[in-house]
Amino acid sequence: MSTTAIREDRSSKGMARVSAALWRRAWLRATLTLTPPLAWFLVIYIASLVLMLVTAFWTVNPFTNVLEHSWTLANFNQLFTSPYPTIILRTVEMAAIVTVTDALIALPFAYYMARVASPRTRRLLFTAVLLPLWASYLARVYAWIVILQKGGTLSWTTSKLGLGAVNIGYTNTAMWIVFSYIWLPFMIVPLYGALERIPDSLLEASGDLGARAWRTLRTVVLPLALPGIIAGSIFTFSLTLGDFITPLLVGGASAQFIGNVIYSNIGTANNLPFAAMLAFVPIVIMTVYLLGARALGAFESL
Amino acid sequence: MQPMRVKGTGERMKPRRSRLVGVLIAAAATALVVVAFIPSGASASRANSALVAPEANAPVPSSVGKGEGKLNLIAWEGYVQPEWTKPFEKQTGCQVNVKYAGSSSEMVALMANGGGGQYDMVSASGDADLRLIYGGDVRPVNISLIPSWKDFQPFLQSPPFNTIGGKHYGVSFEFGPNVLLYSTKTFKTAPTSWSVLYNKKYAGEITVPDNPIQIADAALYLSKSDPKLGITDPYELTQPQFNATVALLKQEHPLVKKYWDLASQEISLFQSGTTVVGAAWPYQTNTLQADKVAVAETIPSEGATGWADTWMLATKAPDPNCSYKWMQWMTTPQIQAEDAISFGETPGNELACPIMDKLQKGSCEAYHANEPSSYFQSIKFWKTPLATCDNGKNDCVPFQDWVTAWTSIIG
Repeated sequence: MSTTAIREDRSSKGMARVSAALWRRAWLRATLTLTPPLAWFLVIYIASLVLMLVTAFWTVNPFTNVLEHSWTLANFNQLFTSPYPTIILRTVEMAAIVTVTDALIALPFAYYMARVASPRTRRLLFTAVLLPLWASYLARVYAWIVILQKGGTLSWTTSKLGLGAVNIGYTNTAMWIVFSYIWLPFMIVPLYGALERIPDSLLEASGDLGARAWRTLRTVVLPLALPGIIAGSIFTFSLTLGDFITPLLVGGASAQFIGNVIYSNIGTANNLPFAAMLAFVPIVIMTVYLLGARALGAFESL
Repeated sequence: MQPMRVKGTGERMKPRRSRLVGVLIAAAATALVVVAFIPSGASASRANSALVAPEANAPVPSSVGKGEGKLNLIAWEGYVQPEWTKPFEKQTGCQVNVKYAGSSSEMVALMANGGGGQYDMVSASGDADLRLIYGGDVRPVNISLIPSWKDFQPFLQSPPFNTIGGKHYGVSFEFGPNVLLYSTKTFKTAPTSWSVLYNKKYAGEITVPDNPIQIADAALYLSKSDPKLGITDPYELTQPQFNATVALLKQEHPLVKKYWDLASQEISLFQSGTTVVGAAWPYQTNTLQADKVAVAETIPSEGATGWADTWMLATKAPDPNCSYKWMQWMTTPQIQAEDAISFGETPGNELACPIMDKLQKGSCEAYHANEPSSYFQSIKFWKTPLATCDNGKNDCVPFQDWVTAWTSIIG
């Protein structure tokens, strides 16, 4: 009996010693807690990303399609030859236009939601904004094909109204509309967050000091909403930058995006190194974009 | 109330950034260690020198033994359907596992190293066959062990894309022509030339497939319309011939409404009347006609390109007996007919026609299974463009350049 008691006492003493040691050495505690998640992050996320980037320096045997692990910059040199600069420019341009469009639509909408609407209307509007996200992306894109194509809903409506048929199916305009529609919720939600946080007192103070509505909007609301706009723009910009399904389905003959070239290099050409190199491009663009966004304080309202 | 920070300051982030750099360096080091363990140059430039099929003299069996109990396939989606795999498994005891590939290049990559001792067979298309044969990934089969082979269309028994020097690297399966699809509202009579695809009159109403092998279609047209170029084989183009073809396709680009990736896209383009003429497969024509859309298809005077698939045997196939049983099974008239209707293509076996009509009335004619041999002779089947031309010279444009050129055409 007594020996067992002693042993138990010893083991609990041992536990106490371990916990005391851990308590005294904060670095050890931190290391033990952080190692598993950090290792997971390193191996699964960072390492695979680095591996992909390393792949960009390899080539594929043109005949057998087998990876050749010899270092070369050939893939990167090809980036500066036609048609890739055009494709990159087209993608960035579309991402920028879609972002601006979404910001312009989302600003009054989010402002109404955050500051004007009754709680009940606000809930309704929130549901309306988020509801499309529950439907499949593909279903929504196909719906737009039906709307925009020749003899589709849009063209039918305009011709009934006597405005003549509008045929914008399979054009860059169609892509612009579909992208703007699909990513709009990602702009409204952060913008709503930013606008809701503006204290009423600031607006009242602005009014008390003699500013009219327009001036209050320009000098008080907009600067405070800017981080929200930038946070939203990160979504709309990066999502458009990486998309390849909308260009594939909605775009016309000149609708190649960076994503499409990556897709066809993985699929049709099975040229993984070239696809990996192309994946560099959005990463570089987004890094520049995020650094700029951070400088503007966008991450405060995420 | 927390203070609002509109403009960020970089200062705060500095220590964190240096730690981030540390993390990245650690990750890079990890990756490099991993990379170092990958065997380098697995099969570097194995097949680029003189063209000899490495497995040409591999022994072939004289009879088919007992099945190994399993069969691992690489196939196009739709080729391994339960309708015909279930009875096969029951009859032979060979459990069928399939890996679907999305492109010819993916098939070639999966078959690397003779199937890696993992895969037995691949349903390769003509544009991949020579890469597999000259890459040593597939080996000859004893064609006399496949009874239905003698019932195949003569042009599919020993076609140049799967039979080299009298050695059969597998058995032909099914095929289809790339036809000219047109709206009968726009064209009262069938167009007689592919030139309609390059005609400004139909600007914005043309659609063609988004596929590098489409360059061969333009080359086929040029072989007749511009004889000075001297194109004899649309898959063997010298640099000047290739450049002229690419130039024609670049001229065509502004006229094209859309390069289609999926057959369903082309179907909806014609349904809505967005396009009136395009390159297509018989599958699209049949679907549209069944839907009462006013379209028809034709093979213009220049002829047409087409695809033909072959069940090829991996060099390191672990289950050769089940593979032979599969080739025997898939070439029978019944399975040929079932696949033809289910996938929308033409059977290689001539005896499949009546069965097709029994399964679906008029399907034999719709998929051209009963055409005379002159029809099939007008089809130039896909084959891998190689640097080595048939004449032995080394001045043809290889497939990789086709892919690059295609990106520049549609980009």
